[in-house]
Amino acid sequence: MIRPKFALATLFASTLALASPAHAVTEIQWWHAMTGGNNDIVNKLAADFNASQSDYKVVPTFKGSYPDTMNAGIAAFRAGTAPHILQVFEVGTATMMSAKGAVKPVYQLMKDAGEPFDPNNYLPAITGYYSTSKGEMLSFPFNSSSMVMWVNLDALKKANIAEIPKTWPEVFEGAKKLKAAGYATCGFSNAWATWANIEQFSAWHNVPIGTKANGLDGFDTELKFNSPLHVKHLQTLIELQKDKTYDYSGRANASESRFGSGECPLFMTSSGYYATAKGTAKFAFTSVPMPYYPDVTGAPQNSIIGGASLWVMGGKKPDEYKGIAKFFSFLSDTDRQAKLHQESGYLPITKAAYEKTKADGFYDKNPILQTPLKELTNKEPTENSRGLRFGNMVQLRDIWSEEIEAALGGQKTAQQALDTAVSRGNAMLRTFEKTAK
Amino acid sequence: MEKSAVFKGKLLPYLLLVPQLVITLVFFYWPASQAVWQSFLREDAFGLNSEFIGLENYQALLAQPEYYKAMATTVVFSSLVAALSLSIALLFATQADKNLKAAPTFKVMMIWPYAVAPAVAGVLWLFIFHPSLGTMARPLRLMGFNWNPMLNGNHAMALVVMAAVWKQIAYNFLFFLAGLQAIPRSVLEAGAIDGAGPYRRFWTITFPLLSPTTFFLLVVNVVYVFFDTFGIIDAVTGGGPAGATTTMVYKVYADGRLGGDLGGSAAQSVILMVIVIALTAIQFRYVERKVQY
Repeated sequence: MIRPKFALATLFASTLALASPAHAVTEIQWWHAMTGGNNDIVNKLAADFNASQSDYKVVPTFKGSYPDTMNAGIAAFRAGTAPHILQVFEVGTATMMSAKGAVKPVYQLMKDAGEPFDPNNYLPAITGYYSTSKGEMLSFPFNSSSMVMWVNLDALKKANIAEIPKTWPEVFEGAKKLKAAGYATCGFSNAWATWANIEQFSAWHNVPIGTKANGLDGFDTELKFNSPLHVKHLQTLIELQKDKTYDYSGRANASESRFGSGECPLFMTSSGYYATAKGTAKFAFTSVPMPYYPDVTGAPQNSIIGGASLWVMGGKKPDEYKGIAKFFSFLSDTDRQAKLHQESGYLPITKAAYEKTKADGFYDKNPILQTPLKELTNKEPTENSRGLRFGNMVQLRDIWSEEIEAALGGQKTAQQALDTAVSRGNAMLRTFEKTAK
Repeated sequence: MEKSAVFKGKLLPYLLLVPQLVITLVFFYWPASQAVWQSFLREDAFGLNSEFIGLENYQALLAQPEYYKAMATTVVFSSLVAALSLSIALLFATQADKNLKAAPTFKVMMIWPYAVAPAVAGVLWLFIFHPSLGTMARPLRLMGFNWNPMLNGNHAMALVVMAAVWKQIAYNFLFFLAGLQAIPRSVLEAGAIDGAGPYRRFWTITFPLLSPTTFFLLVVNVVYVFFDTFGIIDAVTGGGPAGATTTMVYKVYADGRLGGDLGGSAAQSVILMVIVIALTAIQFRYVERKVQY
């Protein structure tokens, strides 16, 4: 009767021994929100890192949409079980950086771990978004994109438009011609209602979204996007919405398919739409920089980024931090960055990776992937175009979208809508300022 | 001889009640009290800074015109969904109660939608009526009707109401059918012999005898529209356009979970809780009097 039990115990013990190798491997939990092809990239990066050394093991876990992932991270922190690395979308930046103690700034992490780290190696247009005003990097940029205008070249030919529209007046003219040429339900449109019409629009025209360098210099920022230029643009959209020369496409990017299906021949959305466009569009297409008003001095300025970055959570062991630092160095490697950029369409985060891709002649074959980089590096960023950092950004965007929808639906004028968006937004910023002391 | 057992001491009855009480306390009173407590706090998302601010969350909430708009939206949405889902389900149930050949098949088909998750139901309806993808949106537009739930609040409201009603009809149907089958045939036959037509028999016999079921469903439906429909709203409209489909419970979700404003969101859920308690109390106090058990 003893033998089977003994055998079982031996088996158990040997399994345990197999599971824990001679030296302990430190596990690093990485929670992310990447789906589809991007999910595979995340898993491959982790697998490559794990194969490259034997002390640390990065374990990626998919946690749902961007807001889901962020909330999962926050809830886990409150329960004392936060992951080591949390992927947070750009609008969550202010919330994360105000949570002192909950996060460990990346520059601090690299210093403590003794990893070689020079912030000047990274593209400032990208890291500026995730750094303090002193240039200290708080989170590690992972997938960055910017907003571009996608153009259906076959449609332009059909409407006899010889040159791709560059300025807003040209876009309006072009959209009217396209509408007459059979694109009756949508001459031009955009995804991400506020990202396109408020955030990118302001940076691209070098006008402030808010004071204090769009909030980068302090939480006591006030919104400013009810300027005459903003009002003029929204009022034009209201007029064009009436006969669907412009047609609203919602707050997020679910309606990107309107470009791929051929419904909207001019469509502004993220440069990260590339992979989907390539897979779905049955026509010749390209991407160009966002349109601008030529009568605005200095326009176009530079665009700002979107996407997500990796935040390191606080309260972990020094050894674990060391592993995270090693992983970030691994991600910054020039060859790896260049490859990641060329395969996924994400922007490269280091200057070297950008230069290498250029030198390889990659952009000659794939000019579409260079469009966002041209936009981001178009000019030296100003106070108005370095980035933006507003607390409660998710709610702010919802408020702004509501007002834009009210204007396009004909319930408000552009001036009324933007004034209300600003005053409601300011009230929200004051609440955030009180919690973020 | 005394046959009934008498237990002495006061401990045993309480001990027997303990499991039930524990469940009620842990799953109902504890979270509810947490919500009330949270509504007096101003806290960042991570819970690092927490400050007691009394009624400030409520004051801020009641100063927002959007909050009153959400209340009005909730009234419109709830009445439409409750009225439509109850009346359509009653109509279907009376039809299924007839001696038809296909009645069993019909019944099974009617119950299916209840098994569909709210968010999925929302997505299904979105696919049918999406302005550029929807299979029904194209014919509507071809007929010259400018269907656009992305910008027209009434269209968006119609869409979420349809999805919410569709989802709830199955549940109501099931209860109405059971209620109808419990009505004694003899009473209806007596009415028929006395010369009452089907219409009159329904309103003077069936409907009053069905009133316990109707009352139960009214209470359940009100709770359903207040709390369970946000999955549909989230999937179909996300509360838009311009807040036209932001009901109170959706606002709780949007502000708290998406926006990270826990205090304001908790204050809203406390108000919502009070409203639903009051509504249920009114229903039991006044509507129930008309119910004939």
